[in-house]
Order: sequence, then C-alpha cells, then structure tokens
Amino acid sequence: MMNNADAAPSGPAIVVHDLHVKRAKTRVLQGLSLAVPRGLIVGLLGPSGSGKTTLMRSIVGVQVVQSGTIEVLGRPAGSPALRRRVAYYTQQASVYDDLTVRQNLTYFRRVLGAPASDIDRVIERTDLGSVADRLAGSLSGGQRGRVSLAAALLGNPEVLVLDEPTVGLDPVLRVELWQLFHELAADGATLLVSSHVMDEAKRCDRLLLMRDGELLADDTVAGVLAFTGTDDVEDAFLRLIDRGEPDLQPHDASPHDESSHDESAHVAKHVRTTDPDSGPGSEARR
Amino acid sequence: MTLVRTFSTAGRVLTQIRHDERTIGLLLVVPSLLIGLVAWIFVDTDVFQTIGPAMIALFPFIVMFLVTSIATLRERRSGTLERLFSMPLGKGDFILGYALAFGFLAIFQTAIAVSFAVFVCGLEIEGSIWLLFAVTVADALLGTALGLLASAFARTEFQVVQFMPLLVFPQVLLCGIFIPRDQLPEVLEAISDWLPLSYAIDALTAVANDSEDAAWIWARILAIGAWIVGSIVVGSITLRRRTP
Repeated sequence: MMNNADAAPSGPAIVVHDLHVKRAKTRVLQGLSLAVPRGLIVGLLGPSGSGKTTLMRSIVGVQVVQSGTIEVLGRPAGSPALRRRVAYYTQQASVYDDLTVRQNLTYFRRVLGAPASDIDRVIERTDLGSVADRLAGSLSGGQRGRVSLAAALLGNPEVLVLDEPTVGLDPVLRVELWQLFHELAADGATLLVSSHVMDEAKRCDRLLLMRDGELLADDTVAGVLAFTGTDDVEDAFLRLIDRGEPDLQPHDASPHDESSHDESAHVAKHVRTTDPDSGPGSEARR
Repeated sequence: MTLVRTFSTAGRVLTQIRHDERTIGLLLVVPSLLIGLVAWIFVDTDVFQTIGPAMIALFPFIVMFLVTSIATLRERRSGTLERLFSMPLGKGDFILGYALAFGFLAIFQTAIAVSFAVFVCGLEIEGSIWLLFAVTVADALLGTALGLLASAFARTEFQVVQFMPLLVFPQVLLCGIFIPRDQLPEVLEAISDWLPLSYAIDALTAVANDSEDAAWIWARILAIGAWIVGSIVVGSITLRRRTP
C-alpha cells in the first residue's frame, strides 16, 4: 500500500501510542494508537464527543495526558522545537476580535518569528485581502475562521492540526479551503483535519474514524468503502458502528485471529505497518 | 522568553485596548471619579485630608487588578491563549507583556488620579508630589501584578471574581484605612506589616504629611516592587501550557 512508501524514509509525521486522556473525570481517550504519514491529508472523523479535539490538543501539546506517548516529526509532542513546525487551528476561531485581521496576523507572526512577507502571503491564500484592515470581531463567522486559519499558515508549518476548519462555511468556501489543503499537502505539509461532516472524508488521503475515544478505522477512503461494502463514507461509518466489533474484522473472520489480518486488515492496518512499537499492542484500540 | 515576543505581546494588548475607547475612558477616569466622590462625602470635614492619600492608592490598585485579571481570562476563554501556547511564546513573555501594557496604562491613570486629588479635590500634599506619583504608580502596577497572579491561578471568570475578595479585600481591611495599623490586634498587625498595600498607604500618608524622608519612602516603593516581581514570577510559573 502507499503508506509504506510514504512512511518508510522519514517515518510518520505523527505517531500516537497507547494514549490515555481524562478530561473532567471522563476518560476521553483510552489507549489510542495511530500514525499519520507525512505529506498527506488525514481526515479525523467521528461524532461530537468522540475525542477528536482531545486527540488534537494532545498532538499539539496543550492537553494534559495521563499516559502514552505522542511523537510529532520524531520529537515528543509539545517540545519547544515543534512549536514553530506544528500549527494548530482551534475549533473556535482563536483570534483577537478587537484587532484587525492584519494586526492579528502581525502579532502571531512576531511570536512565531516568521518573515514579515508571510502576512501578505497568508492573507492572499485565505482570500482575506478585502477585509484585511477590518476588526476581526466585525467579520462573519466564516471570515473569522479564515483569519484563524491564516494564522495557522504563518511560518510554513510542516504539520497542520486543523480542528473542524470548514464548519459553518458555505459550499464554495469549503471547496476553496480543501483546494488550499491539497496545495499545502502537495508542498509537503502533513494535515490532520477533523470534521464531523462525513462527506468531507472523500477529500482526504486517509481517514481515521473515531467513536467514543476509540479508533474504528485507519485506512484510505477507498479502503474504508471497500471494507464496509458501501459507496458513501457516512454509511461506512454507520456500518462500522453497527458492527460494534472493536477490532473490526470482516464478518467471516474471528476478531482475534491474527492470521486473518493480511487479507482482511484494510482497516486499522496502518497502525501496524508504520508503528513498530505497537505490534500486537495495536489492539489497544479496543 | 525573548524581548521581541514580550514587547510584541505588550504592543498587541495596547492595540486591542486602543480599539476600545470606552475602556480607555473608564480606565483613566473611574479612579478619579471615586476619589472625587470621597472628597465630596467629607466636604464639610477634614477627613479627606486624612484618608485622601489612601484613596489614591486604593482605587487604581483595585481597578488595575480587575481589568488585568479579566483581560487575561478573556484570552483564555477566546482560545487565543491555547493557540499562543502551541506557539513559541514563553509563559514569561505572556505575563510580562501584559504587565508592561497595563503598567503603561497605569502611569496615565495614576497621573490623572493624583492630579485630580491634588488640584481639583484640594488634597494638601506637604511632601514631594513626584514621590506621591511614584508610590501610586508602583501601587497600580501591584494591582496589575496581583491580577495576573489571580488569573494564572483561576480557570474561570467565576474564580477570578472570587480572587478579588481573597487577594484584595484583606489588604484593604488591614491597610490602616479603617483603623491605624498600630491599633490592630497583634497578629493582624504582624500580617498587615507584610501586605503590599500597607506599604503603599504608609508611604502615601507619609508623603502627604511629609513625616518621613525620601529614603524611607523609597524603601516602601522597593518593597512594593518586590511584591510586583514576585507575583509576576509566581504567575509565570503557575500558568500552564497544558490544561486538563
């Protein structure tokens, strides 16, 4: 599969192993393991409350985690060296409403130490030129979101962790943003994009399907569709939930029979092939 | 921590406030209005001569505490703090940036408050008005520093508002406004000897009556300065990049 070729030379961009996270006494993630190959757009899909944001916060290093390891670009998540190489787009547009678009970006640029020319570049890429001198608080929700995204593009980060970047956008803008994401990936960036809109999944190179803090699937879009025998990601997701089998073997294979992996493990195969540490332990997804 | 990031943060905070004219107005005028009110209440007595210096210390201190703690809390709620902490911004850059920005505002606020008390309300200052100004600025900076400390500890608006009675009210009660500090019960007097607002009020009263020399006043300012530095350092340490 493509992942081997991509991942082998430099290793995956993000490797999560046996991650446990509690938030407000609830166990949000319980032994999650996954890997995100470099240079791809990986969609993180799942219903609200499935732990997507918690996983993303953990990856960018702002989440207190109970146990487990996360490596981003070969370093522990949240290490100082990663803070200019990994960009985080929070679900709620995190910009200063009482600053203009340009002032927002100028401040974040200075914090990152990115070149001044970056501001015009990201304004152009996010199509904010016409509102660049307006206060962020006076913009529409979609425009504010794009200011937040523009800030995430400053300094050409190698990994972009984007939490529901297209939520609340009209279809035209949504298409434009996905075009932008593909351009970024073509330039070599790795994008982890969460969404609870299943039809966005088709635009990703790979999918991570989550439910209740567990990984239901880790595969290409085609792989997930073929495995579930549907032509629609939403249906595929529902079927995966229906099966209720934590290990997600096809119907005819016994869930814990390792010998059946080779032909059946479209789903969740990636973890095994790119994360040597997880080995049989990748069943920790349960 | 770097100078560029600290000053960028201070500049950004000031730019934000510049866009909010009403806040600037309130910030600059409210302490003066309150001092004016106190002067008016005691217009037919000589009480204002006694407590006026304390009022100059009290109102900027409380206003700066509130404004600073809410401003940083707003940053937490808007998600921008989380974004900054996923970026190479040091915790010290953040706290010190806010301290510089609000400290800058505090200079203007206290200049107006001192001028108003002296020239409009007729507060008689026997000592140096510059020393009075220096003590008041230190005191407003103290409000800012304690506000930053409170917001570093607090996780929600509710908690910040509770920190005000916790950190501010005991200092107000024990600072000698209600009863001279040497008449307090022994234990409370010992406590009040350590509270920074006590230094501010002692110093301002001494300047107003010209009862101590400049070295004595500067020693009080230095003590307030130590509290400011201590609060900022503890605030920076307390602030967490990772939150639950």
